[in-house]
Amino acid sequence: MGWTKKILRVNLSEGTAEAEPLNMEWAQQYLGQRGLATRYLVEEIDPKCDALGPDNKLIMTTGPLTGTCASTGGRYSVVTKSPLTGAVACSNSGGFIGAEMKNAGWDMIIFEGKAPSPVYLYVENEDAKVVPAGDLWGKSVWETDELLHQKHNDPQLRIACVGRSAEAGCLYSAIINDLHRAAGRSGVGTVMASKNLKAVAVRGTRGVSGIKDPMRFLKVTSEQKQVLAENAVTGQGLPAMGTQVLMNVINEVGAMPTRNMREVRFEGAHKISAEAMQEPRAGDGKPNLTTNAACFGCTIACGRISTVEKGHFTVQNKPEYWGNSGGLEYEAAWALGSDTGVDDLDCLTYVNFLCNEDGMDPISFGATVAAAMELYESGAIDSETTGGIELKFGSAEALAQATELTARGEGFGRDLGLGSKRLCQKYGRPELSMTVKGQEFPAYDPRGIQGMGLTYATANRGACHLRSYTVASEILGIPEKTDPLETAGKPALVKAFQDATAAVDSSGLCVFVTFAWTLENIAPQIDAACEGDWSAERLVEVGERIWNLERDFNNRAGLGMADDTLPRRLLEEGANVGPAEGKTSGLPDMLPEYYELRGWAPDGTLTTQTRDRFGLPG
Amino acid sequence: MLKSLHIDPGKCTGCLQCEMACSYENTGVFNPSKSRIKVFTFHEAGRFVPYTCTQCDEAWCMEACPVDAIVINTLTGSKDVKADVCVGCKVCTIACPFGTVNYDVDTGKVFKCDLCGGDPKCAEACPTEAITYIDAGATGMDRMRAWAEKTDNAASA
Repeated sequence: MGWTKKILRVNLSEGTAEAEPLNMEWAQQYLGQRGLATRYLVEEIDPKCDALGPDNKLIMTTGPLTGTCASTGGRYSVVTKSPLTGAVACSNSGGFIGAEMKNAGWDMIIFEGKAPSPVYLYVENEDAKVVPAGDLWGKSVWETDELLHQKHNDPQLRIACVGRSAEAGCLYSAIINDLHRAAGRSGVGTVMASKNLKAVAVRGTRGVSGIKDPMRFLKVTSEQKQVLAENAVTGQGLPAMGTQVLMNVINEVGAMPTRNMREVRFEGAHKISAEAMQEPRAGDGKPNLTTNAACFGCTIACGRISTVEKGHFTVQNKPEYWGNSGGLEYEAAWALGSDTGVDDLDCLTYVNFLCNEDGMDPISFGATVAAAMELYESGAIDSETTGGIELKFGSAEALAQATELTARGEGFGRDLGLGSKRLCQKYGRPELSMTVKGQEFPAYDPRGIQGMGLTYATANRGACHLRSYTVASEILGIPEKTDPLETAGKPALVKAFQDATAAVDSSGLCVFVTFAWTLENIAPQIDAACEGDWSAERLVEVGERIWNLERDFNNRAGLGMADDTLPRRLLEEGANVGPAEGKTSGLPDMLPEYYELRGWAPDGTLTTQTRDRFGLPG
Repeated sequence: MLKSLHIDPGKCTGCLQCEMACSYENTGVFNPSKSRIKVFTFHEAGRFVPYTCTQCDEAWCMEACPVDAIVINTLTGSKDVKADVCVGCKVCTIACPFGTVNYDVDTGKVFKCDLCGGDPKCAEACPTEAITYIDAGATGMDRMRAWAEKTDNAASA
């Protein structure tokens, strides 16, 4: 069956936690995780509600393959309304807590209301209770994790929690699980903290049973693991280099956003790349990278486990940062490094540790620091504003200080916690914010990879690479090569990637499998596990339904065509060097065709026909 | 040839496929909490270590069992728990120096690795060959080969 068919509904205002059956009609329409939780959100909240008010809800949700032996089947998502964008938020995370939720017998946990004082949710199989967390409030993620393990005397407890940044209202706070995996984007951690919910601690010993056709499931998951193992990206590139394998590749094609996206190549890229992480350091002779690591059930294992050199200025006399923890992935290395102009690998690793320790999205944080650096250099803010930090591009010291302040919600860190859009508005230079719908860009310049411009403009959670990763096609040639500088054909490409990704995000699998798998590889695994007939065609339909549902939510929340755009810099200023030199984003050429392919009205709203076609709620 | 499980922690990524395969083989459910093999994460050190029963020749669990519920599988050399005989007294869990026999609160019996009767599913499921099932008399062969390779022939010539 895949699903446990049980939801845990936690009313934080009342302090209650009750079981209810999963809506299986919706499960057949929306599969699970991203799609299914969004269906619940649409049903249960007013899209215009205050994202940080008690009327918003926060849903932790697994997919039908979460907790099974399907490769990468350990994912969960957090679905809510975002305080950063005002749009629907869906942040996906790996680690181990998703599978633990499933092992405890829950497909989904819906949090509603707001606790009168800090609490955490403790789940041990069917028993769930809301517990006071006054002693945890004010603690970092890492401290909270340790305290809860001690309190319950259970080393196998899996924990997701928010850090001090979320408590201080930083608008891009993440929910961190298993110490260094993040439901990272769109401020889902900020919503969690706004409900006075500090942590979710889960222990599940029931396991995942009821696979529809167990023999077929074991066979097909085993065959598909072999496909991952034999693929150059998932079998070699990602385990050896992590997502950081991209740093030099993207820099080479001139699509590496640099210094708040003023430039498209970073001269220091080779110093913060995957290759650099494996070079012995001058000081201690050890490489930055200790080993790779897997999330639950993942046979790719792209995760990085790293250290900062003990003598590095960031951790001198701070032995608490001398051990291993989650190292740099490409997005973090880009945002914290290239976008701020900082090429000090160990500094970026330290800053990444802090993002995990206190729950911040490193993409939004790094991009916000980059915007602040441009504000500083342009004179819109000065060292009085920053509390004495000389916030210049390239300054590792300034980056480290800014991170410490933001992580703890102190001083100028409060301003940085606003995110790039609100920060630039506050200091009178809104055009310097590199955001869509208020969310900061990830690591691909849309002038050098044209499909990504349309991806960012239309992504339902604001600028995001994970909604339609056309980089796969435009740069890596997966599933087939398209010209990154060309706009023709990109609306259809973006739509196809968006729909397929929405289905993958609803299954319990990691989107990284799509370097090697198409929906043709995924459908048989879902079909062997879940009730119903699941073909690749049906998954595309489910994906398209989810996309339209999310869009409809956003439209009702007050977002529309005017929000499907890019900052002026990318539409009017040509790339400074490289293959795309002189080129701007061709978004205006692509957007009308995209709306048409989607079956939307020219203003980007859903037509009755499209709504009926997917059976969307009225 | 007698075989044994051979574990190389340096290759382990902590994915827990072994725990899923083990629990599924033994209980019909994907349930790491019921796995006979466990992967331990040492976060600060950046290490993952799978650990399970080594099938001692002089098996203290077997010696300690008051009802002879632990018996030798003559084919594989594994020490197997006969669930229908086990009374759940847990003495074996005290006797085992390595902690690899454990009590299952749901069944009231103890459980341990039985090498899946000679076809260990953990080894089959491991994507990185951190767990292999090899000649019990030559588990050091890979390590010997690695050192042998480093030997400088020129020096002895």
